[in-house]
Amino acid sequence: MSKDTIAAIKENVIQGRKTQEDVGIDDTLAGTPGVMELMEQALEDNISPQSIITEGLTAGMEVVGEKFSSKEYFIPDMLASAEAVGAAMDVLKPVLEKAKVETKGRFAIATVKGDIHDIGKNIVAILLKGAGYEVHDLGIDVPAEKIVEFVREEKPGYLGLSALLTTTMTEMGVVIGALKESSLRNSVKVLIGGAAVSDEFAREIGADAYCADAFSAVRALDSYQKAS
Amino acid sequence: MARQGILVDRPYERLTGEQVQLIHQSSMDILRDPGLISFNKEAVEVLDGHGAVIESVAGDHRSWKVSLPEQVVVEALKSAPRTVKLGARNPDNTVVMHGDEPKVYLITGSETNIWLDVDFPTYVHKSDPAREIKVPEFKPRRGTVEDLCQSARVCEHLEMVDGFIRNVNIQDRDITEQNKDVNKYFASLNNNTKHFMSGLTSLDQLDNVVRMAELIAGGEKALEDNPIISFITCLVKSPLQLVQDTTDTFIAVCRRGLPVAVSSSPQAGTTAPIKEAGIMAQINAEVLAGITLGQLVKPGTPVLYGSVPVRARMDTLNDSYGAIETSQYNIDCVQMARFYGIPNYSTSGVCDSKIPGQQSSVERLFSDIVVAMAGPQYLHCAFGLLDCNSVFCLLQAVLDDAHFRMIEFLLRQPRIDQAEMEVVLKQIRTVAATPQKLYINYIRPVLRSGELSGIYPFEGSGEADQVFELAHERMQELLAMPVEHIDRETTARIFEEVPGILPRLNVYEREN
Ligand code: B12
Repeated sequence: MSKDTIAAIKENVIQGRKTQEDVGIDDTLAGTPGVMELMEQALEDNISPQSIITEGLTAGMEVVGEKFSSKEYFIPDMLASAEAVGAAMDVLKPVLEKAKVETKGRFAIATVKGDIHDIGKNIVAILLKGAGYEVHDLGIDVPAEKIVEFVREEKPGYLGLSALLTTTMTEMGVVIGALKESSLRNSVKVLIGGAAVSDEFAREIGADAYCADAFSAVRALDSYQKAS
Repeated sequence: MARQGILVDRPYERLTGEQVQLIHQSSMDILRDPGLISFNKEAVEVLDGHGAVIESVAGDHRSWKVSLPEQVVVEALKSAPRTVKLGARNPDNTVVMHGDEPKVYLITGSETNIWLDVDFPTYVHKSDPAREIKVPEFKPRRGTVEDLCQSARVCEHLEMVDGFIRNVNIQDRDITEQNKDVNKYFASLNNNTKHFMSGLTSLDQLDNVVRMAELIAGGEKALEDNPIISFITCLVKSPLQLVQDTTDTFIAVCRRGLPVAVSSSPQAGTTAPIKEAGIMAQINAEVLAGITLGQLVKPGTPVLYGSVPVRARMDTLNDSYGAIETSQYNIDCVQMARFYGIPNYSTSGVCDSKIPGQQSSVERLFSDIVVAMAGPQYLHCAFGLLDCNSVFCLLQAVLDDAHFRMIEFLLRQPRIDQAEMEVVLKQIRTVAATPQKLYINYIRPVLRSGELSGIYPFEGSGEADQVFELAHERMQELLAMPVEHIDRETTARIFEEVPGILPRLNVYEREN
């Protein structure tokens, strides 16, 4: 029974069906339970959160990643799956906290001061949440002080900065400088991304990584996980 | 079931109502004075019997001056069918055209002498031998009957192709003027189940060709109901001359009642005035003269208003299909045919370029899009043709098919109605209330429904242009796909009853 529920969660992640209303890829599934309904079932059946995450959610996301690489899936498919996983993680959060199981880590993301571009930032947030990270979205046009304050108070392990304008990318350096001044720089890995920036720029301002897209953001964070 | 065609709901028209009237009236004037010169005696006799004024030229009894009064033309036009059905070996490929409905069917064509093979040799960078690129190399050679079979096979699988005009002139050593017709008909019909149109090389082969079609369709009556073949005849030589032999063929085909395209191909500058008004008045007169003759021979003969106007190239005085005016004339002709309510045969996509490449892409798309937008029923859109119709390249045909899929999408009607609007208003209100403000979730239901156009089908993975390589892969796939041949029994009967077909075209004999 529990095996079936986990398998169904995995399948529905692949289908990108958050709830029973979602159609997914294979429209015969309409009306059948989606990831959220299945999560309820799984928790009722006392299935361990670890199995749900590794055998259901993460296993499903892996298949989605493969389908995306082979061009069977498009970005909207990927996002639908990630959203389903993200919503499932929200449900699991209190359970995990009670069981003292740690998430993959806390990730704060912001579009820097002066910049209002947020499509890319939002996609990164959705995908990282779907990959099992606890994501805090600080919004757009966020001043350095606000970011520093969040890092000090909430202690995220990872910080993502987005800038799409050549005029706002320098603000990323300002944020890193402010973190240094507050002696917080070593407490957090800083990832940057957006059309204006590059690998070279990341090195210049002392960021930990430049990510060309949301997938490389997932890869970067996962690599830090392995290293730690 | 029949082929869908592309409905162009609001066709692009260049001419005002007054301009259409003016062209019509001027054509009528032209047909009266100077009228036509006919080199065909039978045509003269037919027209004479219906009120045309005939005068022997120089008393040589080989050419006649024919003055056609407006009334004769107007009366004859009344019997020309507004709806023309082109049958097909596979009935699902039937094409039904209505003269007043701008629904476009895409057809291959014409008879090219040269077949272009393509190969991809590898080139190595001189100073950095690690760097290699593949560059397409095109090699011309004379077309053969096997090439025609291959082309027919590929065109069977090209989804946008609605009908097949034989596009390779078969020039094998064992092809003679006598056996050419039966071989091109058999090669095409045996490898393609769509409608087949061709011209005749020799009139005395008409019986054989029709017999072949009857055997395939299932008898004389069956062929009448399902005319799997039709003919194209350029009986008019511009300016305003009825040719001896093609007019014979045209009259014979009309007597059979099989569909026929009456085509005229004047060249602005040489065989028609360089001015748009002039070529339009003249081509319209020429086509109407042909249709008139056909209707007088046999009222109700299904005809297509066949217009192949071109402008002359100023450096060679050859046809210039790449000239922008060529598209303008074609668009005008579509409108004229619609004015008469007769299905139109128009031309697009022919290019001046000699090989596939940037020039050929620009030239053909330039005319493919705009002429299709005009809504001709039967669009000879030159799948694979290059160098003004003298070269055929399968690779180009594969590209053309992909591009026409894009054009088909472009011509879709907007889907805006009350129900649709209610759905999207709901989406707008929902998204406006979310923090992320993205509509991405609503993409998925339409992602695989065919409602979205795709990216360019031959886009490469890196920065290099891989269009030809990828199209070539597609071409190989299509060549490897099987086609439904004419069945064994019918094939045997065709070989028995129709003389001259090369034994190597019999797929059942080849098997043994
Ligand atoms: C859409 C868009 C807008 C929209 C933004 C809507 C929105 N909700 O975000 C609107 C119309 C509002 C807009 C406004 C402007 N824009 Co604008 N905009 C764009 C455009 C076309 C696409 C950006 C986008 O969303 N791409 C899609 C997403 C998915 O990609 P992405 O953002 O790159 O994100 C991905 C990666 O970069 C990475 N990533 C991004 N951020 C992060 C962060 C982290 C931590 C990580 C790990 C990864 C990561 O992952 C993402 C997902 O794969 C770009 C063109 C371009 N080449 O980027 C111009 C562009 C960025 N805009 C530009 C300009 C000039 C402006 C304006 C100044 C125009 C004006 N004169 O008003 C204003 C700026 C206002 C402001 N103060 O910010 C220029 C910038 C040029 C420059 N000097 O740098 C660009 C490059 C266009 C151009 N070529 O001229 N813009």
